[in-house]
Amino acid sequence: MDFQVVVLAGGFSKTLVPIVSKEVPKALLPVANRPVLSYVLDLLEQSNLKDLIVVVEGNDAAVRIGGWISAAYLDRLHVDVAPVSEDIGSAGALRSIARHLTARDILVVSGDLVSDVSPGAVAAVHRRHDAVVTAMLCSNPASGPAESGSSSAKDKTKKPGRKNIIGLDPSRQFLLHIATGAELEKDLRIQKCILRAVGEMELRADLMDAHLYAIKRAVLLEVLAQKETFQSLKEDILPYLVRSQLKSEVLSSNLPQLEENGNDKVNLQNKQISQSHILANASNRGFHELYPLALDGSSSARRTHKCCVYIASNDKYCARLNSIQAFSDINREVAGEANHLSGYSFSAHNNIIHPSAELGSKTTVGPYCMLGEGSQMGDKCSVKRSVIGRHCRIGSNVKIVNSVVMNHVTIGDGCSVQGSVICSNVQIQERATLKDCQVGAGYVVTAGSEYKGDSLAKKEK
Amino acid sequence: MGAQKKSASTVAARTSDDPEELARVPLQAVLLADSFTTKFRPITLERPKVLLPLANVPMIEYALAWLESVGVEEVFVFCCAHAKQVTNYLQSSPWFSQPNFSVATIESHNSVSAGDALRLIYERNVIHGDFILISGDTLSNMSLTRALQEHRERKKKDSNAVMTMVIKRSKLSPVTQQSRLGTDELFMAIDPDTKQLLFYEENTHHLKGTLSLDKTLLIDNPSITLHNDMQDCFIDICSPEVLSLFTDNFDYQHLRRHFVKGLLVDDIMGYKIYTHEIHSSYAARVDNYRSYDTISKDIIQRWTYPLVPDVLLLGSSATKLEREGIYRASEIVQSRSAQIGPLTVIGNNTRIGNNTTIANSVIGKGCSIGSNVLIEGSYIWDNVTVEDGCQLRHSIVCDRVVMKSGSVLSPGVVLSFKVVVGQNVTVPTYSKVSLLLQPTKQDSDEELEYADNNSDVEASSIAGTHNNLNGELTSDLSEMQGSATEELGSGGVGYIWSICEGASEEEWRHSIAPVPAEKLVELSQTMDDDLDFSNQDGNAPASSGELKPGGVSDSDDEDGDANNDSAYFEKEVVFQYSIAYKDVFPIFLNNTANFSLQVEATFLRAVHENVKVDHVILEVNSLKLSYNMEFAACAGAIFYSMLKLALGTPYNSSAELYNAVINVINTWQRLLKSYLSGKDEEIEIILKFEEMCSESAKELSPLFTKILCLLYDKDMISEDAILDWESEKKYAEESDRVFVKQAEKFLQWLREASEEED
Repeated sequence: MDFQVVVLAGGFSKTLVPIVSKEVPKALLPVANRPVLSYVLDLLEQSNLKDLIVVVEGNDAAVRIGGWISAAYLDRLHVDVAPVSEDIGSAGALRSIARHLTARDILVVSGDLVSDVSPGAVAAVHRRHDAVVTAMLCSNPASGPAESGSSSAKDKTKKPGRKNIIGLDPSRQFLLHIATGAELEKDLRIQKCILRAVGEMELRADLMDAHLYAIKRAVLLEVLAQKETFQSLKEDILPYLVRSQLKSEVLSSNLPQLEENGNDKVNLQNKQISQSHILANASNRGFHELYPLALDGSSSARRTHKCCVYIASNDKYCARLNSIQAFSDINREVAGEANHLSGYSFSAHNNIIHPSAELGSKTTVGPYCMLGEGSQMGDKCSVKRSVIGRHCRIGSNVKIVNSVVMNHVTIGDGCSVQGSVICSNVQIQERATLKDCQVGAGYVVTAGSEYKGDSLAKKEK
Repeated sequence: MGAQKKSASTVAARTSDDPEELARVPLQAVLLADSFTTKFRPITLERPKVLLPLANVPMIEYALAWLESVGVEEVFVFCCAHAKQVTNYLQSSPWFSQPNFSVATIESHNSVSAGDALRLIYERNVIHGDFILISGDTLSNMSLTRALQEHRERKKKDSNAVMTMVIKRSKLSPVTQQSRLGTDELFMAIDPDTKQLLFYEENTHHLKGTLSLDKTLLIDNPSITLHNDMQDCFIDICSPEVLSLFTDNFDYQHLRRHFVKGLLVDDIMGYKIYTHEIHSSYAARVDNYRSYDTISKDIIQRWTYPLVPDVLLLGSSATKLEREGIYRASEIVQSRSAQIGPLTVIGNNTRIGNNTTIANSVIGKGCSIGSNVLIEGSYIWDNVTVEDGCQLRHSIVCDRVVMKSGSVLSPGVVLSFKVVVGQNVTVPTYSKVSLLLQPTKQDSDEELEYADNNSDVEASSIAGTHNNLNGELTSDLSEMQGSATEELGSGGVGYIWSICEGASEEEWRHSIAPVPAEKLVELSQTMDDDLDFSNQDGNAPASSGELKPGGVSDSDDEDGDANNDSAYFEKEVVFQYSIAYKDVFPIFLNNTANFSLQVEATFLRAVHENVKVDHVILEVNSLKLSYNMEFAACAGAIFYSMLKLALGTPYNSSAELYNAVINVINTWQRLLKSYLSGKDEEIEIILKFEEMCSESAKELSPLFTKILCLLYDKDMISEDAILDWESEKKYAEESDRVFVKQAEKFLQWLREASEEED
């Protein structure tokens, strides 16, 4: 396919404290008892994209992630793990690995994507339109059951801030406007020239940018080199490319660059370009061609480039693990409605209990639950809509609802855990009650204590 | 009100129908026979716009014919300017005697806007149900059934849905969109599912490259569609609430600019406007000369069927359609050698001479056109005489104009009624010629263009001229000729109106002349500029460093682009410099800063020109009043200016500087004292002094205590004020207390002195 994939796996994300730790960087957080990164890697493998660079912030995290990948994907994928310094943003990360980029088009994927949308489809759209950049969009996760939880009020006030506003052409193939981040707080500003060229623009607030982009390498490198201040792919580079699509500033110095690469390649490329032109014209004469035509004579040399979108259909699953809320939602959904993603086969009760797990008498594990390898549960326990990791030891009379329990967790008798995330090696002593809490790795919850909506973590020494 | 009786009787006649039918009110329409604009001047000075012929038929005929065809039963024609003419016309037309279609006129002489008109109609209390609101210059052949049905259903569900606006997709190319009808660009945002109108913005020149939408729009609606490819047909289906809304908001004047935007912005009442898009039918409004031209062509090309010359029978003359879109009335005298080109309408009793060529034009009734005449893309109304050898290109020629032999009309010319163009005269492009003098009162403020249009100027001038058409006018004319002949050659009669400033750039846009090629280039160029601008504008994060120097200064001098943050900043700096000697931009800076600048300027002038202290006090007082300042601020500003003056004198050491300060204070102490009426003012100048020492004039800081002593000695500052100042500073931060410390000894002494006194 001549696509090179860059997976931005992040590092120890600050927004996910306390559930990330030195031992568990963001990319290795378990989703249905598998590291979240494995979902992206599997997805790429399915689309036959096997040439990957995984970019990790920080050396420690890189070592851990690299170790895991080489163990899990040996012989399956060709993966380079590239450590980059922290806090340089996605554009900075790409800048620092720029010299490793060789293929004609680059597919940039965020490592926290959990989805079943085929990246191959995005790549195909990208090629078909000969686009400079193609972004994958999916409908905003329909407010899941978590919304009804206690944090819904908070969510509502926050929600507009997290959304992006996306402008599409009537055929929903081209990206005409994108507003992200801080821009959302201001009034919307639409470029008139683009609107004039298309005549009609559909503005959507209900689409989520899935952080999966196909970008022409030449363009990416040029923008990275020219705009040194650009920090983020999503907030700087993509809006820049969208903004300048009718007056392209990129690709101008493209040709000499290509010639260095050898003539046969140029020819091949030209052929492909003309092919894609024919294709594009046959299907839909885009405004990109019409626009320069209309202004014939005055400015014949107007350059345009295309920014395309691939909109995943509504029945596809797509979510990003970028907040604690998202972490518990995704875990619940992958173990529940979207269980085809997890890669396990569910039992008749719609749950997975590892054969090696031991259950006491009168203990029930409801549907949409997972119980990992070697975990033990005492008597009269009840587990509903929760994911429990490996080798957990859970006493009697324990109630676990809507929670994620990672590996090697000990839960004493009579505890109640609701809507919480319990990280590895946590010890919860008898009769503790946790509601909507996050408990960092290795923390000890004392007997009989009661927490609500707290974030508990061991003090760093 | 004959109309009301009639409607009552029609309702009564239907009593036998089913109850739903019984509750039904007849469909009503309001037709505004006044556009409340001045775009058709000078023609509209003598005849109302709705009576101007469009393909030889007065515009109002099209509007009424359409209203009748869509099932309207009662029409209220609102006339304002030339109300008599409209009424007379309607009375002599068959409309007043139609069964099931009643036309009533409402006359007003003091309405200056559509808002006033609707308020008046509300007062008359004639509208009982949903009504159609159009202006008399609208032309359509759409069917209203769907739109009406949609409107009623929405109304049932949501009583706030008060209006349905008809829109139509326009041509795709961005350039033709503007050049076709000569109207401003229109941007609309519509909810794709409910078709609710969310945003309406025309005339967006002031916002350079970007369009600004309220962010709440997208919070309330998950998706909206933004349109640049729609055209407003100016056909609205309104609920009766619309009228009361106009009455409630007495400042609503313009239907779109005020009413529509007012409803969209105001979310308290929650009134909603919906749109109805028509696809295959025709609807357009004659807004200016260019749309007059475009719509005439559309009529000739039969886009408006059945509203076309050979179907719309007017008067006795039958018009026949021939090949190539030539419409010919029955009695035409045409020379064999004359060539009639395609898409031409020729009215009754018109004579055409030898070797004359006519193409793409409309020629009215009773015209006589000589030999070797060239008429191209022009509109010649009734009883016009065109002598031999004339050339007319893309012009409008009104009734009874005489063009003497060999005269030439350049593209874009408008000749109003009875103008005479002298022999071999060439009328320059875009000129408008009228027998009436151009109204001298120019409304420079565009917002007010409707405010003093047709009503006052016309009412007076028309009353004098138009009604006594043939009698006195000729004698008037002979007087006029003296002054007017120079412009229109020998024997010419009429004044060429000067194009008012500002409008000249827009002239090409609205004229019927084809858009000049360079304007097209310019148009696309401005789009380029927009692009340039948008590429470097605030969308990018400030850190991107894309802002090109010079990009701000050369092209975008309006203040409208202040939304570009960094550009605005640059500008503000410029203003700050210019303000020192130019006092014309008082609003741009915050008041206090500007006030002190003003005071400083006054003071410096006083120093250099030896103005008496009393006069300076007077001037400062007037500044104080105009800026609404306190005495304390005056004192602070004067003291500041004095120290600035002292700093301005050359000095080598702080001792010399101190001497300079003493000098200045000695000279101007009376001025300062007159503002030091109390402790507050005194504290103010200490604070000001402190601020100067720590910020703008650090040279003074070592002298702080000395100067403070000096002021105390001169009895300008009382010890109370100084001690108050000290106690005020007691809890300030350490950095703020530097000067308190410096003055510690002096303060000590003061305290002891006051204790001694006690």
